[in-house]
Amino acid sequence: MTAYAIKGVSVLGAAPADLVIRDGVIATGGKADEVIDGAGLIALPGLVDLHTHLREPGREDAETVETGSRAAALGGYTAVFAMANTSPVADTAGVVEQVWRLGREAGLVDVLPIGAVTVGLAGKQLAELGAMATSAANVRIFSDDGHCVADPRLMRRALEYVKAFDGIIAQHAEEPRLTEGAQMHEGEVSTRLGLTGWPAVAEEAIIARDVLLAEHVGSRLHVCHVSTAGSVEVLRQAKARGVRVTAEVTPHHLLLTDELAASYDPVFKVNPPLRTAKDVTALRQALIDGVIDIVATDHAPHAVEDKECEWAYARPGMVGLETALPVVLSVLGEQWDLIAERMSRAPARIAGLAGHGTDLAVGTPANLTLVDPSARRVVDPSALASRSRNTPYAGTTLPGRIVATFLRGEPTVLDGKAVK
Amino acid sequence: MAYPKADSRKSTGPGKIVLSEADLHRVVDRIAHQILEKTSGATGTVLLGIPTRGVPLARRLAARIHAFEGIDVPVGALDITLYRDDLRLHATRALGKTELPGDGIDGRRVILVDDVLFSGRTVRAALDAISDVGRPSSVQLAVLVDRGHRELPIRADYVGKNIPTALTESVRVSLAETDGGGDEVRLTGGEPS
Amino acid sequence: MIKHLRSAADLDADTATLILDTAGEMAALAGREVKKLPTLRGRTVVNLFYEDSTRTRISFEAAAKRLSADVINFSAKGSSVSKGESLKDTALTLQAMGADAVVIRHPASGAPHRLSSWVEGSVINAGDGTHEHPTQALLDAYTMRSSLGKIQGLRVAIVGDVLHSRVARSNVLLLTTLGAEITLVGPPTLIPVDIAAALSPATKVSYDLDSVLPVMDVVMMLRVQTERMQDSYFPSAREYSRRYGLDVPRMRKLPEHAIVMHPGPMNRGMEIAPEVADSSRSTIVEQVANGVSARMAVLYLLLGGKA
Repeated sequence: MTAYAIKGVSVLGAAPADLVIRDGVIATGGKADEVIDGAGLIALPGLVDLHTHLREPGREDAETVETGSRAAALGGYTAVFAMANTSPVADTAGVVEQVWRLGREAGLVDVLPIGAVTVGLAGKQLAELGAMATSAANVRIFSDDGHCVADPRLMRRALEYVKAFDGIIAQHAEEPRLTEGAQMHEGEVSTRLGLTGWPAVAEEAIIARDVLLAEHVGSRLHVCHVSTAGSVEVLRQAKARGVRVTAEVTPHHLLLTDELAASYDPVFKVNPPLRTAKDVTALRQALIDGVIDIVATDHAPHAVEDKECEWAYARPGMVGLETALPVVLSVLGEQWDLIAERMSRAPARIAGLAGHGTDLAVGTPANLTLVDPSARRVVDPSALASRSRNTPYAGTTLPGRIVATFLRGEPTVLDGKAVK
Repeated sequence: MAYPKADSRKSTGPGKIVLSEADLHRVVDRIAHQILEKTSGATGTVLLGIPTRGVPLARRLAARIHAFEGIDVPVGALDITLYRDDLRLHATRALGKTELPGDGIDGRRVILVDDVLFSGRTVRAALDAISDVGRPSSVQLAVLVDRGHRELPIRADYVGKNIPTALTESVRVSLAETDGGGDEVRLTGGEPS
Repeated sequence: MIKHLRSAADLDADTATLILDTAGEMAALAGREVKKLPTLRGRTVVNLFYEDSTRTRISFEAAAKRLSADVINFSAKGSSVSKGESLKDTALTLQAMGADAVVIRHPASGAPHRLSSWVEGSVINAGDGTHEHPTQALLDAYTMRSSLGKIQGLRVAIVGDVLHSRVARSNVLLLTTLGAEITLVGPPTLIPVDIAAALSPATKVSYDLDSVLPVMDVVMMLRVQTERMQDSYFPSAREYSRRYGLDVPRMRKLPEHAIVMHPGPMNRGMEIAPEVADSSRSTIVEQVANGVSARMAVLYLLLGGKA
């Protein structure tokens, strides 16, 4: 394996030093085959995304495990968790093993499949969670994301059942009976635009119910894509009581508001929807406080025809792997330790993922990314590595450029370009 | 080529006066007499003023005709904006009011009244408008000022004053009803209108 | 001059008044034998109707033809649209045909906005989902002005399913711009709680129709679909019409001069009693006639000048 010396790099914002990568781990000294000039760069542990949609099997026109992996590596990620709402749904050992294998073949990022909670995501019957856990894919996170596990009895059973193999249920919090036909956040903008609203309470009510359930049965709970100030309050109180709940927020919910829907351009249509400036402020503060534990992209690629149409007919979702770190950097500033915690260490901890989210000490696996924080780039949808173009940041200037990414000592990205 | 502009202007200003208030009143009186003479007493006649200033002129003519011989000539207004041939060259124009006399224009002698005759395109548009509104027995034209530079084969039957002008000059008509202040006609030179 | 009319909010007070004044002149055309003006000769207006609406489509067609424009009707049924052609592809076809204006009625809110990014001509919203119906608001305003002489200071009640009504949204925006005072009336389930903040802060809301009627100059009744009962917006058609229907006793509570309006089609017996719809206070038939004049004014203003 090629040994790399990264010269004069700042690890997590510390004074510049030399970082050596040899035989898949961080090393010191010795001969290096390749030298990378790390001047002005920041080294972070490789980012870990607990919420990505890779669309394969079923919608390879929008993304494949390979193209999604490439996008992830270019975003500084070394591990992504692939959601189960594929076609067929990842509700059996067979499908999760297929996704896992595709990830290894692409070899650009560690792809960890997430298993569905219920068969076909229908919310009626538990999927074979145990079989998925003991499969080669070693699934630990289960989610019906895209859909809410709305039936409280089923959610209770799922929370209890996964305790046997230290699994975790990740809930897409959306009471479906309050969001029928919903197109965007329910508020002044939706009233003005004549689009059916998605009320904040539909998310908050489920989170409130689920933290109480998790408390009652003594299970861990993870909440996907938290989007409202009210949800933050529910989580704050639950954590204060000692409930074992973790929560994620997407980069777009840290930056964008529902006002963008006024153009009726479905690139801004997403589930949960973009909310108000008050919600954005609360989410940012919660991320800093730790009430929200991690950033997760909810990378959701969609084919052109699913976005270049009337708002009501468009599929919700935004791509985000390649812009996640620049967006978080623009929101939090150069708080590298905080960024590393929210985007690498905490996600790895929640998922029980060894080897990722380390502190880049000697001997630890060389899963890391090098970032140039002074770069400023205009987001160009046609330049994305993802197969899809649905980014809400087209034409926006964002800070930061991922220069290199290493996966267990092997480069996946060098000089800002994927190696394969 | 421009249609005469209908913007309001001050009575005192640049240029030279070619018709003073007294001149203008005499001219209107003369046209009224000419109409009575040429139409043998204005029977079956309707005066249609073209907005903006053609309308008060038409009313004044009717008033003078009544003053001279006690004859009531119906007066109306015919807005020609929708019939112009240069609509696409300018921003959308506001419409003027069209008010036809109660008995209409079918079978009558229509005398169009306007303040300035220039390229003739306004009158061409007015003829099209008239033919969509009814079928007069004949159409005549009375103008306060003829400034030349016709672009179409159009001539006036009654002319207040012939004023030769250069294309770069502007003829500015002020009437109390539309512009406030007194009546006059001014010729301003040099600046494009 | 504005290029598109997608929302009543596109019109400031001066432009809106200009449209109403122009509509007044256009209305005179209806009395003539030759109902034709040459103004839009050589222009092409496409009616792109994704929802069935014979009345509105004919109104736009008459308006365009009276101005001598060429009209092409494109309705969703039996066309490439029903075979799944996307709005974008349809738009590109219209663009290739050289449409100067596209009048679009569509079940999805915001369709006119999307369309205007794919065609170069003017886009006129003839009703998009539950968002807006600006020409309806214009003909309503014109009707009010004709009947009552003015709009400034008028007290207007809009009664019914405001939540789902594009007519209500456009009317609130336009009438407020022209200086009227609006009160929205209906059950709380059908009036969004932030409607004033969303559309116009001065808008009032009342859940009690009877208290509002004695001070109104205009009562505009909105169509209420009985199917909304299935989604629990109100318990039954009977209860809705008892609490919010305009029947004869309620009509008698109105001031002497007040008029009753309805954008149509009516649910006789539901939101409006037949006797009220047919009474002398009702402007419902006049509204339809005014629709052609108002739409002629809009077409003239959008297409009658420099592109």
